[in-house]
This record gives sequence, structure tokens and C-alpha cells, in this order.
Amino acid sequence: MEAFFQFVVGSPINIALILGAVLFITTMLIWFERRMLGFFNERLGPNRVGPGGIFQSFADVGKLITKEDWVPPFSDKFTFVVAPLIVPIAMLLSFAVIPIAPGVGIMDLNIGLLWIFAMAGLGAYSAMLGGLASNNKFALLGGLRAAGQMISYEVFMGISILGVVILGDSFNMREIVEAQKDQWFIFPQFIGFVVFLIAGLAETKRWPFDLPEGESEIISGFNTEYSGMKFGLFFVGEYIGMLLLSVLLPVLFFGGWYAPFGLDIPNYPIISGVFWLCAKTFAFVVFFILVRAALVRPRYDQLMNYGWLIMLPLSLLNLLVTGAVVLAQGN
Amino acid sequence: MYDFLKSQLYIIWSQVVTLWLVFLHMFKKADTVEYPDVMPHMFSRWRGRIILSRDPDGEERCVACNLCAVACPVDCIALQKTEDENGRWYPEFFRINFSRCIMCGFCEEACPTNAIQLTPDFEMAEYVRQDMVWEKKDLLINGTGKYHDYNFYKIAGKAIGGKGKGEARNELPPIDRRSLLP
Repeated sequence: MEAFFQFVVGSPINIALILGAVLFITTMLIWFERRMLGFFNERLGPNRVGPGGIFQSFADVGKLITKEDWVPPFSDKFTFVVAPLIVPIAMLLSFAVIPIAPGVGIMDLNIGLLWIFAMAGLGAYSAMLGGLASNNKFALLGGLRAAGQMISYEVFMGISILGVVILGDSFNMREIVEAQKDQWFIFPQFIGFVVFLIAGLAETKRWPFDLPEGESEIISGFNTEYSGMKFGLFFVGEYIGMLLLSVLLPVLFFGGWYAPFGLDIPNYPIISGVFWLCAKTFAFVVFFILVRAALVRPRYDQLMNYGWLIMLPLSLLNLLVTGAVVLAQGN
Repeated sequence: MYDFLKSQLYIIWSQVVTLWLVFLHMFKKADTVEYPDVMPHMFSRWRGRIILSRDPDGEERCVACNLCAVACPVDCIALQKTEDENGRWYPEFFRINFSRCIMCGFCEEACPTNAIQLTPDFEMAEYVRQDMVWEKKDLLINGTGKYHDYNFYKIAGKAIGGKGKGEARNELPPIDRRSLLP
């Protein structure tokens, strides 16, 4: 039994388990988010399919697959079909560089963080192309908003994380986690954490930054014309993005697999690591659902002002101060 | 600059407070009534399924006056008047198309004999549209509905078989016009 847990980074069992776990958790997230939203709203949420409604996601997927798969005749058909594929693929590829536990991961890129930003940048194309190809006014507006929002928030999303890179002295995610063995980066990088959190929310188009969808203003934004599983892919992509963000925040700021208060399970570093990373990820998932339940959507100009006039200077300041402190400590 | 920072900090603080208050709602009991498992409490004045009631003697209350059909804003009521051997009016057929009915209750308000009444029953879904058309045998119940003592022919002055002029409740006998006595 002990031999089974001899994981090495990039082994087939690692890849299979991580991919399977990510897809399974994403599926369950669809149910979990609705259920949690229900509790926050003093409702019950979906509780009919299976015990506590746990199979709701499978019922949803079954419904989406059996729906009519309609491509509007006025759309750009090739782009219309390709656009929803981009975001789940890009978000799944991002998981390749996430270090789960010592020896558990898919690959140890020495440019891991840059890889994630590249993939997040690709994800923006999904909404843009989807909105453009639909050939619909509201979809175009949604795509436009998605493009503007994601490009401008990606700027300081990258800058906010550079403080972590300075402290961890690497772009490799695994080395960043290992640098947090004694002190989590949340304490020296609190501003970076807040900026990254907000930028990440905007990047995954989640509430309260769901302006590209904006049901109350532009129907459903970039996915107005989508139906069936093509809409489902946008949906799944958004949830994988939420899961990615929820796992990135612990990895970058909350010490990855390291246990708080020395509560780790001795002699079983992999089990302990997986458990603590999952626990931290779960906490962030619940936090994002809470944000969705509680906060309201800003206006588009407020969003842009906030991004360029407050978050960008804040992240630059954070970068400068971090750099100065590291230089002053000198070595 | 000071005011700007202050307003920005206030905005952030208000977001944090919002998050906290919404989080507290998680520990409260849900308001949901799980309907098919638990029947919701229906109030007696709920406007639901329409019935035709009978008077305390077990006769039909409806006198086929057509006022409900006239009052109905969606024209879902159809009926035809006929008369029995005692001179009582009653509907030959009485038909309500529930696929049209909007449960507004105007028919109940218009009814002079309290015959047509709306009840707190709302489970009327059907798979076939034609099943939504209810005839008199479906509508007529064996009770008095919401008004237990009301009997139109016992109050109205109209003479029918078994009840002549002046025999109704609170009614004086007809005046003998040929008598000079007071």
C-alpha cells in the first residue's frame, strides 16, 4: 500500500488523478454553488436529485446535452463553435503547473506563473470571440466588455503577483510554495493578495464582476446566442476558472500544502499536503460563493476607474516597496 | 486627497460588512416550504378551484342568472338556463374552461345566490388540455361551501312549488288590496 503513494511529478497516475479530480470537483461545484447560494439567501437550493440534491449537476449536464444544439444562421459558424471550447481547455491547462503536494503535480515548469497568465489571457478570447461571432448586438456588447475588463485587469493581476515572485525568488510554483515553509506570503504581501483576489474575480468573470454577462442589462452578454452544451462549456469554463483561482490563492499566499499551526499529519506528507490544500481551496470556494451572494455589480465606468486609478497604483506601490525591502535586507 | 481616501475606505468597509451580514444568513432557517412533501397553509379566502354549492336543503343554489358569465373577464363560463316543474331555475349545463380562468373571483362577487365559490385548492394541473374544461357534474359539490345557512328561495319573494307568496323568511303575507282594513 505504501508503494502506491510513491508519487513523482508528471507520472501517469498523477495526471489521471488530478485531471479526474478537477473535472469531478468542477461538476460538483455547479451543485454546491447553487446549494450554498440557497443557504445564504435563506432558501434550500436544489435538493431533489439524490441525497441533498448531490446529483443535480449530472441532471443539468444531461439536460444540456439533450437540448437542441442550435447555431444561429446569421453567425460566423466556425468561430461560434470554437469559442466555447477555448475557455475550459485553457483553464484545464493551467492546472498543469499547480503543485498539489510534495511529489504531486503534473509538471514543474520554471515559468509556471507565466504559464498561468498566458492561459488566463487565452481564456479571454473565449468571451471575445463568442460575443463577436454571435452577430448579435447584446452579445457584441458583452464580448466588448469582456475584452476590456479582462485585458485591463490582467495588467495589475500580473503586477500584484510579482511581490510573491520576488519573495519566492522564482516563477516556479513549487518553489514559491516551498519558500512559504516558515512564513506564508499573506503577511508580507497582504496588498498583493487583495489586488490579486479582486483581479482574479474579474478575470474569471465571476460576481460581482460579471459585467460581460450582465443579465439585467444585456440579456446574457456574450453567451446570449448559445444554447445546449456550447453554453454548458462556457459555464464549465467559468467554474474551472473559479476552482483555479481558489487553488492559486492558497498556493501563492497561504502556503500551499503546508499546514497552519503545525497541524500536519507527520510521516504522510502527501496525504497531509493534499488535505490542507483542499481545505484551503474549499474555504476560498465558499468565499467566492459568498461574494456572489452578497455583493452587487458595479457600473462599467466604475469598474474601469477602480482598476486603473486604484488597483494599478496600489499594485505598483506594493511591488516597489517589496523590492525595496528585499534589497535593503540585502544579500 | 484625505476625503478621497476616506470615501474609498468607507466603500471597502461597507463591502466587508455586507459580506459578513450575508454570511450570517447561512445559519438561519430557510423560509422554503417544501411543497409536494409539506402542504403549504392555504387561507380560506384563497381564490382557487371554482365550485358550485348547494343550499342547506341539498338543492342547487345556482339560478342560471348568467351574471357570473357576464362578469367573467376572460369569458370562461358558459351556461344555459332551464326550469324544473316547481318553477325553480337551474342551469341545464354549466361549463368552466379552467385553461382560460384567471381565478379573479369576479364570478363569486357577481353571484346573487352564493352558488359559485372559489376554494383554497390549486392542484388542477392536467396533461390533456380538454381535461381543463369542467362540466356541472365536476363543479357541483354536495355541500354549502363557505355560507352554511343561506338559501336563496327561502329569502327571495319568488313563488315556487312548495312555497307561495309571503312564506319566505322575513317576509309579510301579501296585502289584500280589496280590504279596507289596515
